[in-house]
Amino acid sequence: MSTFAIVFYTLMIAASCLAAYYHRREAFMVLFSLTLISFLMGLLGGEVWLRYIAVAIGLLYACGGLAYSFREFLVQTLPRDIAKVMRNAPLTASFGLFVIVVYIVAAIFAPVIAPFGEAEVVGSSYAPPDDTMILGGDQLGRDMFSRIIYGARNTVGIALLTTALAFLVGSLVGLMAATLGGWVDQVCGRVVDTLMAIPSLVFALLLLTIVGTNVVNLILVIALLYSPVVFRLARAVAGNIVVMDYIEAARLRGEKTWYLIISEILPNATAPLVAEFGLRFCFVFLAISALSFLGLGIQPPTADWGSMVRENATLISFGEITPLIPAAAIALLTVAVNFVVDWMLHLSSGLKE
Amino acid sequence: MSDQNDARKSLLLKIRGLRIEGRADEKWFEIVHGVDLDLHRGEVMGLIGESGAGKSTIGLAAMGFTRDGCRISAGSIEFDGMELTSSPEEDLRMLRGARIAYVAQSAAASFNPAHKLIDQHTAAPVQHRIKTRKESEADAMELYRRLRLPNPDEIGFRYPHQVSGGQLQRAMTAMAMSCRPDLIIFDEPTTALDVTTQIEVLAAIRDIVDQFDTAALYITHDLAVVAQMADRIKVLLKGDEVEEADTRSMLANPKEDYTKSLWAVRSFQRQQKPPAEAGETPVISVNGVSASYGPVKVLENVSFDIHRGRTVAVVGESGSGKSTAARCITGLLPPTQGDIRHNGQVLPASFRNRSKDQLRQAQMIYQMADTALNPKKRIGEIIGRPVAFYRGLRGADLKKRVDELLDQIELEPSQYYHRVPSELSGGQKQRVGIARALAAEPEFIICDEVTSALDQLVAEGILKLLDRLQEDLNLAYMFITHDLATVRSIADEVVVMKEGQVVEAGPKDEMFKPPHHEYTDLLLSSVPEMDPDWLDGLLEQRGVDNIGEAARK
Repeated sequence: MSTFAIVFYTLMIAASCLAAYYHRREAFMVLFSLTLISFLMGLLGGEVWLRYIAVAIGLLYACGGLAYSFREFLVQTLPRDIAKVMRNAPLTASFGLFVIVVYIVAAIFAPVIAPFGEAEVVGSSYAPPDDTMILGGDQLGRDMFSRIIYGARNTVGIALLTTALAFLVGSLVGLMAATLGGWVDQVCGRVVDTLMAIPSLVFALLLLTIVGTNVVNLILVIALLYSPVVFRLARAVAGNIVVMDYIEAARLRGEKTWYLIISEILPNATAPLVAEFGLRFCFVFLAISALSFLGLGIQPPTADWGSMVRENATLISFGEITPLIPAAAIALLTVAVNFVVDWMLHLSSGLKE
Repeated sequence: MSDQNDARKSLLLKIRGLRIEGRADEKWFEIVHGVDLDLHRGEVMGLIGESGAGKSTIGLAAMGFTRDGCRISAGSIEFDGMELTSSPEEDLRMLRGARIAYVAQSAAASFNPAHKLIDQHTAAPVQHRIKTRKESEADAMELYRRLRLPNPDEIGFRYPHQVSGGQLQRAMTAMAMSCRPDLIIFDEPTTALDVTTQIEVLAAIRDIVDQFDTAALYITHDLAVVAQMADRIKVLLKGDEVEEADTRSMLANPKEDYTKSLWAVRSFQRQQKPPAEAGETPVISVNGVSASYGPVKVLENVSFDIHRGRTVAVVGESGSGKSTAARCITGLLPPTQGDIRHNGQVLPASFRNRSKDQLRQAQMIYQMADTALNPKKRIGEIIGRPVAFYRGLRGADLKKRVDELLDQIELEPSQYYHRVPSELSGGQKQRVGIARALAAEPEFIICDEVTSALDQLVAEGILKLLDRLQEDLNLAYMFITHDLATVRSIADEVVVMKEGQVVEAGPKDEMFKPPHHEYTDLLLSSVPEMDPDWLDGLLEQRGVDNIGEAARK
């Protein structure tokens, strides 16, 4: 057995023992299961696989360390009452926040960060990575890295706008239906049922073909498709709130419906709505990427991760990972947002431990 | 007989120096500070105290159980020679249900609505391999018979929602008995019930505990109830024991000041005001009102008047239409017949058609302060909104008025203005509810069971506050309650309702003196008294089979 394997196993077992000794249950479970996996891998694939595992563990701990220090940084810099919440946030949440912050910075400062323009042809098509183009070129010889940075701006920005619009419409109508009840509720409910009965991707394709593909239409169509889901959630949440005595007291005071919705109901419905916002954001994001992949989303030459995957898809058959980079960018953001959403759901559920 | 005496002497549950901690804000706080407790076989011990005294926590600890976020930090709990604090979970599981049983406050919430009563009854004996399903079912019917449930052979095959609250509570007691445990813990089993139902559950519980010589811990905050049930009483305050004595000597001469104050609560009584002059226009007058929810008729030809500065108590069991009458007055449920007059003027039936001023005149205080205050709003906003809404005050004027109101309800403005409801105690929340009603400067306030969710000491504080406000502001109250002790302390006039009709109405003094209407008499005689012989006397008088629901027919 090589020295590497011996050192690796010794370290893993020692770390597991330490975790067990100090009663760090979670850390122990992670470490020891990794040790067991690496035993198996070592038997199956020899030292090479072991090295992969070592790299993976290293990455995991790098991410953990990053998340840990980022959380400390937030705790130190943010105002006190937010910092208090932040201190108890799990590492996954602060990792998610970190990734989101990086994406936002990339989106805002895209022209500064990207070495080349969005549609600028720099080298030959499918150029391999080198010093000028660190991730290589795409099918037209444009810089992959620059396009990914610009793609953050387009994909994330449009997804954010769309989700916001869907929430504005969906939650307002939902709260209104719950507050007014009666025929308003019935009409809204049936319209939403009809919208939800149609498969969303097919419906999006249909609508986009009718109204034509441009960014404004894209945002409006996807917002329309996603607002029924928000409507249902908002109505269900508000349904539990409107029966409360404080709402009755406000009604008896003679308050207008608008006041009831904005001041009495909305503050109590924010937590689940915010959590849903995070989740929906991922879906919208994926929907836009899917539409772009089908050619009906964001139009070339505008950089967009979904269409970038499609444009470079042929490279996969040659064993190149270039098309996977924008896909990874999508995956990373989705995971990051979900980490944060999980944390928010946990916060809004009011569980202490 | 000597056998039984020996059994009585042997110690069943021995708790020494029990300390329990709860977790809040990442820290452990002690909630029970070293309590000792001895319970002998066949003995019933009453644990009393206000909420937060740790009664339920101790009751659960007697099963070796703590709620989530709690832990037993010190002390020992010995059940029949077995140390519970150090026993493994499996051993405890063998004990629970089989030898120690628990009866919860709300039977409706504790039964699984998806299973029949008898299936839930047989679960424990079958699980513990004490009886087979068949034996246990037969036993369940026998227990139902002993607990005097109607149709004992058939009632077990109903679902929880198909039987009444009192029957459900008795079915739960039967379930606790299913394995013939040595110890049953009753956690406020009758608090959620009407007086007439309560009495039948009390009689049933006492009977069955006697018959099987079971030991019991009876947790309650109602002194009169504990006086009927317990052999010994232990008084708790904020996790400490105040005193312990057998029931009779405890009632006759309590030693500690705190115990005396508990005993004294029931003595608060306000002088009845003289009836209003004959010609005076009542603030609110309900004229021959009938109302229904869909096809179901809930009110029939109800009439009563409420005069300025007077309190009218509307009493009756749940389902008698008291709250519905209030909903008609506020306009939430437009009556099908009759009308509501305010100072002689007919009010529009629905609140939607009433003017701002008409809405202002009738305010409501709710039973559950938790749901009556918006949890996301600060106290200042909650009280300030009606002030701003009706009087249009802004900025410093608004703040000044809210401070005045907070002073009136005896909460320090600087301290409470910026809090949210979750940072207040139950009594303080109720006070904020009162302030919100006062903020509208009404002539008339409906108090819907305002004290029934509160401890007696706190409730008395609220009653005194309401009384003082009535003096200062000349308010008229409609007091909806099923607690006759409250009526006795605050009302001027009493309206007794039954099945949507007014059975009897009149000044308080007359109502509490015989002769009564039959139903009023039933209600009055069902209110537990502090005398430990009261229940026996009553049972003798009415006959064992003729109490509670049965007496109504």
